[in-house]
Amino acid sequence: MSQLGDRLPAWSSKAAAFTLIAFAIVFPLFFNQASGWVDDMTIALAYVVMALGLNVVVGYAGLLDLGYVAFFAIGAYCTGWFASSFYSDKDLHFLTSKFGENAPLGIHMNWLIVVVIAVIFCGIAGMIIGLPTLRLRGDYIAIVTLAFGEIVRVFALNGDTVKVFGFVPFFGGEKLTNGNQGISPIDGIAFIPGSTPFNPLNLRPWYWTALGMVLIVLFVNIRLRESRLGRAWIALREDEVAAASMGIPLVKTKLMAYATGAAFGGISGAFLGSYYNTVSADQFAFSFSIFILAMIILGGLGSVWGVVIGSISLSLINYRLIPDVLNGVPGKVGLDFNLTDLNFGIFGFLLVIMMVLRPEGLLPEKRRKLELTEGIGAGDAIDVEVVQP
Amino acid sequence: MGTEPAAQPTAPVLASSARDVARKWITKYGLIVILLALPVFFAVKDLTSPEHDLSRLGNNIFQGISNGTILALIAVGYTLVYGIIELINFAHGEVFMIGSFTASQFWSGVLGVGLATSTLGIVGGILAALIVAMLTCGLLNVLIEKVAYRPLRSAPKLAPLITAVGMSFILQNVGLLWLGGSPASVDDLIHAQQEVTNILGISIRRADLVAFAVTIPLVIAMGAFINQTRLGKAMRATAQDPEAARLMGINVDTTISMTFLLGGMLAGAAGLIYALYQTTIWYFQGFQGGLLAFTAAVMGGIGNIKGAVIGGLIIGCLQQISDNRIGAQWTAAVVFGYLILIMVFRPQGLFGEETREAG
Repeated sequence: MSQLGDRLPAWSSKAAAFTLIAFAIVFPLFFNQASGWVDDMTIALAYVVMALGLNVVVGYAGLLDLGYVAFFAIGAYCTGWFASSFYSDKDLHFLTSKFGENAPLGIHMNWLIVVVIAVIFCGIAGMIIGLPTLRLRGDYIAIVTLAFGEIVRVFALNGDTVKVFGFVPFFGGEKLTNGNQGISPIDGIAFIPGSTPFNPLNLRPWYWTALGMVLIVLFVNIRLRESRLGRAWIALREDEVAAASMGIPLVKTKLMAYATGAAFGGISGAFLGSYYNTVSADQFAFSFSIFILAMIILGGLGSVWGVVIGSISLSLINYRLIPDVLNGVPGKVGLDFNLTDLNFGIFGFLLVIMMVLRPEGLLPEKRRKLELTEGIGAGDAIDVEVVQP
Repeated sequence: MGTEPAAQPTAPVLASSARDVARKWITKYGLIVILLALPVFFAVKDLTSPEHDLSRLGNNIFQGISNGTILALIAVGYTLVYGIIELINFAHGEVFMIGSFTASQFWSGVLGVGLATSTLGIVGGILAALIVAMLTCGLLNVLIEKVAYRPLRSAPKLAPLITAVGMSFILQNVGLLWLGGSPASVDDLIHAQQEVTNILGISIRRADLVAFAVTIPLVIAMGAFINQTRLGKAMRATAQDPEAARLMGINVDTTISMTFLLGGMLAGAAGLIYALYQTTIWYFQGFQGGLLAFTAAVMGGIGNIKGAVIGGLIIGCLQQISDNRIGAQWTAAVVFGYLILIMVFRPQGLFGEETREAG
């Protein structure tokens, strides 16, 4: 695929990108609400944002993060805390949408402000999770992040019995979350104060918002990659000791990777919280972290376009192919069972098949591909097979 | 860890040495202090309460140890596999779950052993089920390695991790289709909760005895196998350096298969004990059990078998204390909080030699 890309003129990739974006913009106009395509694609785009965030941590900086769901949770809870009637004894409205005569109680802020808060919270959480992993390498980082994700989930699950410490201004003594019951409803997105918020009856604005997020995050991701910081991340991934001796500040660079990745997750979480209209603990299972990780590994670690393809295809498989398309198959063959029960099994099967057939991912990053085919650079002894004479 | 600077030459000698001593002390004893914090806290609390009674804590710890034997068996499987191919075998917890399912379905479905069967029949049934469960899980683990990990041995390191997750999802689904989505109850063949004897207020139940009776011989046999047989030596050599082992004429593929067989067999045995001990099984037990066991393996020092066993017992105790004192819904957070602290203070684990990865 990349060989083909090398032969085409330089402008062709730009032209392809613009065509793709133009197609993505007009896409929802071809489908009506009932087909479910707009809904599926909106979720897929939100996952693209999350996958691009995880790609910074895992793909660029090479820090395997198995607790990414924590940032989805924190981002989503930001909408629960700051854009719903959850804290119903408070009455704070700030640049919100048009609620009509009787504005509901609770804390209601403009979604853009919620996103900013989510980015800050997730950035801090990312650094907190980064700190204990600074001395660790490889799979040990994976375990610490996994543990962090599980701790966040446990707090989300039991948050209805947890009271925020009294010394926290404004929130002291309030419930942290609403457990499995969930915080619902969440305010719809309204960019301009006083306008009508987005609602579930018309999904197109949601879709375009998600697309806008994807484009911004894509731009940031591509620019970051070429930046000083991005090159430092890649150096870190390739060889930590060499990177340190070339003067790259390890602590700062690693923490920046965690914080950036977490911030993207928070943005997407804030969007999904509002889009799903509920924030409940059962959304934040460990399998979600794996789901996002599978997207970037399937697409090709570190490759921005690979990650986009990987995340869209996996979320469509999960939300479209298995429940809608394949669900009728057992009935036609004459078997009597519900395929949605097999959802995870099919998903696992696809993961195994795809990885065995193409372990480097669908659209591998050039640099990584070089390492794989020529066996240079990669430090892991077991990765490099001895060439038979 | 190579990046840590040695004592700085410009700093005053006394200050730098004091800092070094503190750092050494923390790496050496920090973990033990952290591990003891929870039991000591509750011991003090019990002693200062009007009853002055430590038996509740004693019971917690004893039950934790007996519960921890299950985790220890699973943890050994993780540690063996990690030691040899540096892969977190995510499907291992699910293999343990399949072990529970196979054992309980074998004695009730195939052998027809139930509560009405004679004692001899029950013992024979359990032994037969133990063999069947161990063989099934061992072969299943070998199969998983053949299908999902071997083709990817030269692939990027994260690729087998994803297939491991994929296999774990598949096995979970097998469990879901086998016994349905809700916990299924198993005949209480050994009258698990019945007290055998009571020493100093610590109640010893039949389940504890069965857990020890199965685990201790298995762990001893496995230790002997790894330390003394030719194949065990090959396993240790491959774990140390696969390339050098290959050059020395060791068949690395067979050795890896053997490792998976061994790990799977222990997981199968753990599954059987779990079914007898808890008397409920369900398809999701492998996930929680797997994570706890993996934590145990990391705590003991991954790649180290003795460490995995002791780590399993410690995690069992922490789990029991937290279940009984703090509330079962917080146990996951307590155990994982401990895991993070271990990683901060002693990343190589209690008994860890520096593995290739952590070094």
